[in-house]
Amino acid sequence: MTRLLEILGRKTLDVVTEIGRVLMFLGQTLRATISGPFYVRNLFKQMEQIGVNSIPVVLTTALSTGMVLALQSYTGFKRFGAESLIGTVVSLSMTRELGPVLTGLMVAGRAGASMAAELGTMKVTEQIDAMETLATSPMKYLVVPRFVASTIMMFFLTVLGMLIGISGGYFVGVKVLGTNPVTYVNQSIDNTEVSDIWYGLIKALVFGAVVGLIGCYKGFNTEGGAEGVGKATTGAVVVSCMLILILDYFLSALLW
Amino acid sequence: MIDIINVHKGFGEQRVLRGVNLTIEKGESMTVIGGSGSGKSVLLKHIIGLLFPDQGRVIIDGQELNNLDQHGLNEVRKKFGMLFQMAALFDSLSVWENVGFSLKQHTKMSDQEIRAMATEKLALVGLKGIEDKMPAELSGGMKKRVGLARAIAINPAIILYDEPTTGLDPISADAINDLIIDLRKKLGVTSVAITHDMHSAYKISDRIAMLYKGEILEVGTPDQIRQTSHPIVHQFITGSAVGPITAD
Repeated sequence: MTRLLEILGRKTLDVVTEIGRVLMFLGQTLRATISGPFYVRNLFKQMEQIGVNSIPVVLTTALSTGMVLALQSYTGFKRFGAESLIGTVVSLSMTRELGPVLTGLMVAGRAGASMAAELGTMKVTEQIDAMETLATSPMKYLVVPRFVASTIMMFFLTVLGMLIGISGGYFVGVKVLGTNPVTYVNQSIDNTEVSDIWYGLIKALVFGAVVGLIGCYKGFNTEGGAEGVGKATTGAVVVSCMLILILDYFLSALLW
Repeated sequence: MIDIINVHKGFGEQRVLRGVNLTIEKGESMTVIGGSGSGKSVLLKHIIGLLFPDQGRVIIDGQELNNLDQHGLNEVRKKFGMLFQMAALFDSLSVWENVGFSLKQHTKMSDQEIRAMATEKLALVGLKGIEDKMPAELSGGMKKRVGLARAIAINPAIILYDEPTTGLDPISADAINDLIIDLRKKLGVTSVAITHDMHSAYKISDRIAMLYKGEILEVGTPDQIRQTSHPIVHQFITGSAVGPITAD
């Protein structure tokens, strides 16, 4: 029993310490972001890598989700004659919830892993130390562009995800299942408020910051060669995804 | 001048440096020798402010690194060039971008001017026509030379060498030794190297310091070190398995 408590205590302490470190890293990142110099070229390169290169995976996920959502809603709603509400369900789900969450998870899996692996490799091969010896802040040169790019691009990828998901839902609802297109569109527009879209986009900004922060944090704290890089990469994806899902609940509650 | 005064450093329970004292004069070539895990790399990282002592002081040209803010530290770092053990070239940048990295960050030079300067520095280390190659396309010896070209790009007053000959074949290693001597003659820099390669240490140094278990055991000219009566230093420089130092 004492041993169990000891293990539990140590694990709790480890988690609290790690949270503290991540928050300190966030503080350093924010300070570096506002203090400059700002590496604009690096920012655009990261926007391409994190954002543009994630478009295919985000589009596929959003399209599939929108289409499946329409199909499943139809099956359920048909039982009590509410097929016309498919559009509302798809658009509300995509804007408030699925758009930001799925985009966040996909970007965490793709770009978050890539960030951790790249920075982790730089760490274990002393490239980050080399940058410091060249009187250049790795926080400003490497972390800030990734953090900012991830936050900005998650916003735009989510907008894209919402649009594509809703279009996929429309296609299935109207073209495949034969719902009246005017009713579908009217129901969607009437029951979706601008605030629903903003709630989703606020979530997207938070999730983007999380992916950038955790990817960079894990990369910067990599130790132990190739194995360490592997662990950092896995860790970045797992922690980012868990944080996205946990924060999603709290943001949903806050933005009710 | 570099003053290392009573520097202690530990990581968790492990005490790596235990009161290191060492003075390196301007223009001098000092080599710190010692076995793996003796604290050589940790000592070198203290000199350039990548690590800070738990106790003690590191003073570069009268400025104590502990007392500097980030800006001040970066200003001191501009006096340094450092060659890393595995060169630590930036993977995502070409050779000329690597060499010109600090020029890009700290000067208003155009890319064209930086490239020309990089070509000049590469020529100083005996490399030609590789400006557009990526680090992954270079051999170990070439990477070290490019690393050296990057280290001297902003005309530093002090160059730090972390195991400059490790991982190289004997001929490439000797070529690097010659290059270190040559650069010192041409640029008049202060050199601090850490190595366990005694051939290199004898060749490139004005003075050699032996670091053992976090303490400096002896400092002397290469001839003085060759004739040492200290049993640990003697065992190390002769590379004998028999003696007070035991393989871990």
